[in-house]
Amino acid sequence: MKKFIALALASVMTLSLAACGGGSEETASTASGTPISGETIKIGVFEPTTGENGGGGMQEVLGIRYANTVAPTVDINGTTYNIELVEVDNQSDKTAAVTAAQSLISSGVVGVLGSYGSGVSIAAGQTFADAGVPAIGCSCTNPQVTAGNDFYFRTCFLDPFQGTVMASYAAVDQGYKTAAVISQNGDDYSTGLAAYFKQAFEQLGGTIVADETYQTNESDFNAILTSVKQSGAECVFIPCSIATATLILPQATANGLTAQILGSDTWENESIVAAAGAAAEGVTFSTFFDENDESTPLAKDFVDGFKAYLNEDAQRITLNGGTDGVAAVSALGYDAYMAMYNALAALDGTEGDLTSVNVRDALVGVNFDGVTGNITFDEIGDANKDAAYLKQVQGGKFVFVKKQIDETA
Amino acid sequence: MTSTAFLQYCLTGISIGGIYALIAIGYTMVYGILRLINFAHGDIFMMAAYFMIFAMVDFALPWYVSIIIVLAATVILGVVIEKVAYKPLRSAPRMSIMISAIGVSYLLQNLATYLFSALPKGYPSIGFLTKTITIGSISTSVVTFITPILTLVFVFLLLQLINHTKIGMAMRAVSKDFETSQLMGIKINRVISFTFVIGCFLAATGSILYFTPRPSVYPLVGSLPGTKCFIAAVFGGIGSIPGAMLGGFVIGLSETFIKAAGYSEFSDVFTFILLIVVLLFKPTGLFGEKITEKV
Repeated sequence: MKKFIALALASVMTLSLAACGGGSEETASTASGTPISGETIKIGVFEPTTGENGGGGMQEVLGIRYANTVAPTVDINGTTYNIELVEVDNQSDKTAAVTAAQSLISSGVVGVLGSYGSGVSIAAGQTFADAGVPAIGCSCTNPQVTAGNDFYFRTCFLDPFQGTVMASYAAVDQGYKTAAVISQNGDDYSTGLAAYFKQAFEQLGGTIVADETYQTNESDFNAILTSVKQSGAECVFIPCSIATATLILPQATANGLTAQILGSDTWENESIVAAAGAAAEGVTFSTFFDENDESTPLAKDFVDGFKAYLNEDAQRITLNGGTDGVAAVSALGYDAYMAMYNALAALDGTEGDLTSVNVRDALVGVNFDGVTGNITFDEIGDANKDAAYLKQVQGGKFVFVKKQIDETA
Repeated sequence: MTSTAFLQYCLTGISIGGIYALIAIGYTMVYGILRLINFAHGDIFMMAAYFMIFAMVDFALPWYVSIIIVLAATVILGVVIEKVAYKPLRSAPRMSIMISAIGVSYLLQNLATYLFSALPKGYPSIGFLTKTITIGSISTSVVTFITPILTLVFVFLLLQLINHTKIGMAMRAVSKDFETSQLMGIKINRVISFTFVIGCFLAATGSILYFTPRPSVYPLVGSLPGTKCFIAAVFGGIGSIPGAMLGGFVIGLSETFIKAAGYSEFSDVFTFILLIVVLLFKPTGLFGEKITEKV
């Protein structure tokens, strides 16, 4: 046994040494950014395709892949560059995320797209900033992703905004006086949203009567739901992952919970309705994009094109959760790619050797119409958005309810 | 806490405890016979859920046919795993077979990720099981209510089988002394296969009861319940069937009440602390056999 332990310790130490070696090599040469050279521009795709957020991450990747087929090349200073996607899986895990980010940097990417999930983006942010490579988050909504990081941008609205919008809907639009909140312990996305919802709901005159938390990978919510039911809340706000949503809904029905269930942007996933069936009826959530929004031709073109892209290959349908529905995260993935594309195109005419730092500078001035609305970035790097789309599950479908604005402002 | 809420928490705790008990029996029986902690057991539980999705969703079979198919397919999977991954290592050091079990566990998880994708899939609902029933002021689903009853019935039948049948006697003999029973003419491969049949049968039953009210299946879904059930088996005394059952109920109830008290972040912590405390102060568990050193 002693020998075994010694051997195990030795191998662990060797491995950690190897990891250190890899890390320092990767970052040493890139302090001033990664140069653009040759005829290919590599763009990293930093998304979870396995783990807790594997499903949603995959939908974001699909949006990015589709965008790559729409705009595969960019002309800068008379050279036509092919844009090549380099995909890594950050496994929905903060530790794996840093390694994944380092592997992207070492493969020579000049820009990064992603990630689904704020925690992994926050974890990897410093790696991208140290390397001087700009990153554009698609659907990571926690403020800390971009705050204090000059190299992180994002195309979606933020948790404070989303939490406040949901509280506005509950308190002002629906006139609820009491609310319960269920959030995932230690998850930046979930606890962040819950905190902003609570703050805004109380500011608008409501009372939070139950504040429950659960652990990662929890599957049994009966005890929590019983407590919520006992509290007599009129609505319950549950910012959580897709996996959790599919579990919590049928249990809420079984426990006889009649309060209005409010969700967050993650809830816009057809697999929730497929899995929870009748239990999902009436759930209302906020999201970034509405598939049926035909107010802009751009959005309609995207929806048609993306559906056709999915239907070309049965494998893509499987990866998208078994349907050809267009998730908001796919649209955001598309917009993130287009923001990067616009920044690259704006480099045309820039003198001297181009590096990823130039791409970052170009991103600051990006202004274009994306499928989720006009996209410009503020001084922190967040997209300027003013409204969230509210949708409700009716008859097993996502039905657009209204565009909700922030009522606390 | 009102009495209604208290009863509701009790029912929830006993129900999840019953499922833990069914899976824990699988761990404890395999350990009793082979002295192997079958780390793949939680993943067999996960595969059973996918079998159900195949039968009921993809082939649109009625629920009673699907249940039989799920039970049969899970049992076959378990026996095949034993033949392929454990049997060739029977004379190898115990560490090797344990590592092989860990390997099988990861193989199943990754195979499921590859074949079925990481997106959670909906578990088909079996009509009468998901009905909501109201007893007094408690509202719950039929499946939550019948789970503890089914668990007790299965444990009773299993104890009868072990104590009063020939194969049961053979199992007891093999668990006492592997080599001697072989010399006495017991076909140990048959006994081992039979142990896996029972373990997987119970895992498949547990899987149906577990996923009906929690209808979301993804490749890693078996790992945490698997670990908890392993702890239940250790707590009750690994090798002991009543012990595994008791361990399951204790963990299920304590988890529920800790969550009810608003400390959900400590519910798993409690389960793992329980493991450490048991290993420190009573390593053989509540009903575990005394280890006698053979000279």
